[in-house]
Amino acid sequence: MELSFEKFLLVIHTKEGIDGLMKKWRLFSVLTLMALVLSGCGEPYLSTLRPAGEVAKKQFDMLILSSIVMLFVITVVAIIYITVLIRFRRKKGDENKIPKQVEGSHKLEVIWTVIPVLLVLLLSVPTVWYTFDFGNLSGMERVNENGEKENLVINVRANQYWWEFEYPDLGIVTSQDLVVPTGEKVYFNLFASDVKHAFWIPAIGGKMDTNTDNINKFYLEFDPEKSNEAGNIFYGKCAELCGPSHAYMDFKVKAISKEEFNEWVSAMQNYEEPELNDVALRGQQLFQELNCINCHATTPANSTPADARLAPNLSDFGNRTTIAGILPMTKEDLKKWIKEPGKVKPGNKMYAEGSFSEEELDALAEYLMSLKVGE
Amino acid sequence: MSSITAKKGFGAILWEYLTTVDHKKIAHLYLFGGLFFFALGGLEALMIRIQLLSPDMEFLNEATFNEMFTMHGTTMIFLAAMPLLFAIMNAVVPLQIGARDVAFPFLNALGFWLFLFGGIFLNLSWILGGAPDAGWTAYVTLALDSPGHGIDFYTLGLQISGFGTLISGINFLVTIINMRAPGMTFMRMPLLTWTTFIASTLILFAFPPLTVGIFFLMFDRLFGANFFNIAMGGNSIIWEHLFWIFGHPEVYILVLPAFGIFSEIIPTFSRKRLFGYSSMVFATVLIGFLGFMVWAHHMFTTGLGNVANAIFAVATMAIAVPTGIKIFNWLLTMWGGSIKVTVPMLYALGFIPSFVMGGVTGVMQGMAPLDYQLHDTYFIVAHFHYVIIGGVVFAIIAALHFYWPKMFGTMLSEKMGYVTFVFLFIGFHLTFFIQHFLGLWGMPRRVASYLPGQGFELGNMISSIGAFMMGIAVTLLVINIIITFVKNKKVDNDPWGDGRTMEWAIASPPPYYNFKQTPLVRGLDTYWIEKMEGKKELTPAEPLGDIHMPNNSIIPFIISLGLFIAAFGAMYNPANIVKDGQPWAIPVLIIGLAITFGSMLIRSLKDDLGYHIHKEELEEEGGKA
Repeated sequence: MELSFEKFLLVIHTKEGIDGLMKKWRLFSVLTLMALVLSGCGEPYLSTLRPAGEVAKKQFDMLILSSIVMLFVITVVAIIYITVLIRFRRKKGDENKIPKQVEGSHKLEVIWTVIPVLLVLLLSVPTVWYTFDFGNLSGMERVNENGEKENLVINVRANQYWWEFEYPDLGIVTSQDLVVPTGEKVYFNLFASDVKHAFWIPAIGGKMDTNTDNINKFYLEFDPEKSNEAGNIFYGKCAELCGPSHAYMDFKVKAISKEEFNEWVSAMQNYEEPELNDVALRGQQLFQELNCINCHATTPANSTPADARLAPNLSDFGNRTTIAGILPMTKEDLKKWIKEPGKVKPGNKMYAEGSFSEEELDALAEYLMSLKVGE
Repeated sequence: MSSITAKKGFGAILWEYLTTVDHKKIAHLYLFGGLFFFALGGLEALMIRIQLLSPDMEFLNEATFNEMFTMHGTTMIFLAAMPLLFAIMNAVVPLQIGARDVAFPFLNALGFWLFLFGGIFLNLSWILGGAPDAGWTAYVTLALDSPGHGIDFYTLGLQISGFGTLISGINFLVTIINMRAPGMTFMRMPLLTWTTFIASTLILFAFPPLTVGIFFLMFDRLFGANFFNIAMGGNSIIWEHLFWIFGHPEVYILVLPAFGIFSEIIPTFSRKRLFGYSSMVFATVLIGFLGFMVWAHHMFTTGLGNVANAIFAVATMAIAVPTGIKIFNWLLTMWGGSIKVTVPMLYALGFIPSFVMGGVTGVMQGMAPLDYQLHDTYFIVAHFHYVIIGGVVFAIIAALHFYWPKMFGTMLSEKMGYVTFVFLFIGFHLTFFIQHFLGLWGMPRRVASYLPGQGFELGNMISSIGAFMMGIAVTLLVINIIITFVKNKKVDNDPWGDGRTMEWAIASPPPYYNFKQTPLVRGLDTYWIEKMEGKKELTPAEPLGDIHMPNNSIIPFIISLGLFIAAFGAMYNPANIVKDGQPWAIPVLIIGLAITFGSMLIRSLKDDLGYHIHKEELEEEGGKA
């Protein structure tokens, strides 16, 4: 709406004008309010307050339940507190008055012991229930008549500062972008290869540590509709301090329908070398000559043991959402990353700074961007 | 030695403080040592908040940021909050129970010097190649991965200051059990004494696990042991257990004395005895007990299993009950009272809503399945700052105002105190309230930066502005202290007019021997009882007689100095994992330990019988004391 002073005068001189303005204002305020409330809930792809999966939803419900109970407690305290402050301040003329020295009151003390006990018991029920619910891994090993696993199991291996996702039953290894089907339980084996990290997709469910000592297991579920609303991409984070680049140890989750997921799986399983142009071919040559290939695999079927997989698998790199989990997927950013990874992710295990000519950077970037599965 | 205070030269005063074994002077030392580290930790906090002011700030690099928050946490817990509480306890508890000093004055001094040398050693890391960077929790996979000697400064520094804390804790336990004046039964002890007693018990049981854990980490890093090395059959999770078996009770070690302080302030300025005294004592004991049953709630996401998580979740929530009892007892103490809003009372009034906020979010985190979302996010950061600032820091500043006359004989400015409170209170809530939401929106803690486009910008901006307001508040407090020293306007024994416990019956500051005659305790709120009967002084329990006093000693200082020197030798020994061993390291280690154990030997072999203040001397001072 274009606003000028004359127009404003014109508008407010007619009843319809005022009504119209009020209508617009009302709409505007409703929109602002909604925007405020929504912004108060954070981003749909990241916030625990906009749950997009069964686990996060239950956790959100617990948050609301406990908040209500706690608001009740706060209200009671606030009422007594404010009353005390209003009624019992020392007044002029009472400077020498000594109030009655009350020892206590058994009745009151019993009340404010029993009520909190009841509140704690109330909160204990969902606490214990969901602890066992979220810890229920009975579906993890379940097989159908053909001896195939009924549910998808993904091995998550955390490293300084990247994530590897292995689909052991499907023979696929990938990294940084976690691809999952919506509408079913997905089980995770979590572990770390160097220091302790923690695997967290806030909008989908709580976190769990990736230990170096043992494998932790849990499940998550991705809601189809909410995933669509969030653009089918969720942000994942490392939640345990793991070194200088802890803040940059992000990953992305592509939550897609079962059909799309199956397509992706078969594309990954039937991997074919992508067609490369001349620049990309030069990049491929460099990739091998400079020993990048020693750590970075470029095929999704990876039979080397986990310990020997020293760097992210790059087989579907061209289809990734980000570079190194944080940079936008552009050639310029990719060149920046190849040249000075130490500036993007300090302390990363690739190298701090590489010496490349511009031509080499272009070639490498072109090659990596061409690594696309299923096209 | 006489109490006649002629003007002494600076050298003499310095020597007096280096050798003192007087609990009141040791309180001064703890106070200024603690305030120094508090300011340092505060500066570190401001650096953290500047770096997080907006996305992609480049004020600190990532490695420095990690050092900054590690040192902020470690400093604030071990080198600021604990010593400041020890300052209050030292200044007040012996007076509250009618004692001449603590049970072991020599150990009291030793405790302080160990803390100070440990703290200095830890902070020297800033100029000697890098501070610790694995968080104050120093989870070992990262701590063993840390380059440089930062973590070694952490282990050695905390080991030294931890000895000091343990010694002080034992000292207070023995003091409170043995040194109470006639008539001071356990159930007549003021709440600050009670909470000191329970906190000391917690120190006794909580610090050994820390010592053991740090010992393992120290040997892993310095001498190639493999306690936490998984490849060699070690286990890294055991560190988490050891750390939190210490770490959770540590929270109560800090907050129980804070409760004690408010339990003194609220009755005083409500002019009414503490409501439900016995249930307050019971709640304190219960919190102390349950404090040891809940450590694994820091490890809900570690993968301990459903049964462990469920049990620890319920145990954690149970702590809300005794804490709630306390809150309601304080409210009911004020109910029907005659409330005078002085600065200490203002902090008490600010404490109640702030601490309730911190308490309820604590219960929410206690719900294990919900904690899977909250753990390691800014929600946690908000929660524990609500508890530690809203509880402990408010209590310390309240106690500074409240007991300043008892410690120094002067009053901090009330007017400046109000202004300080306003800045601190608003700044505190501005900084930390929004952080609950940052956590819920998906921001993990301990991040050196955050990318734009995640909805974290505004929240962090607000939080940083609040931090600066808190910075202003602390600056005002320091100015207030300096002005008070310059003005040096003396006050009498009961400057608040409504003192209830025995410390208010004695001159401000008390004479170096405290009570000329040990008082007779006739009930709870001893001094109040006497005042209500129209008396100005306590009833003595004994006739005037000679007082036996301990001699000053430089040995505590030297014992601590020896360990400080030895720590350098240990750190640069040839077997350390940083591989920068020095040829001088082993000799230095030996010399340092020789100094320490040698001084201990001297202390053990040489009789030091102290001296007596004679009856005649005390009579001469007459009305003065």
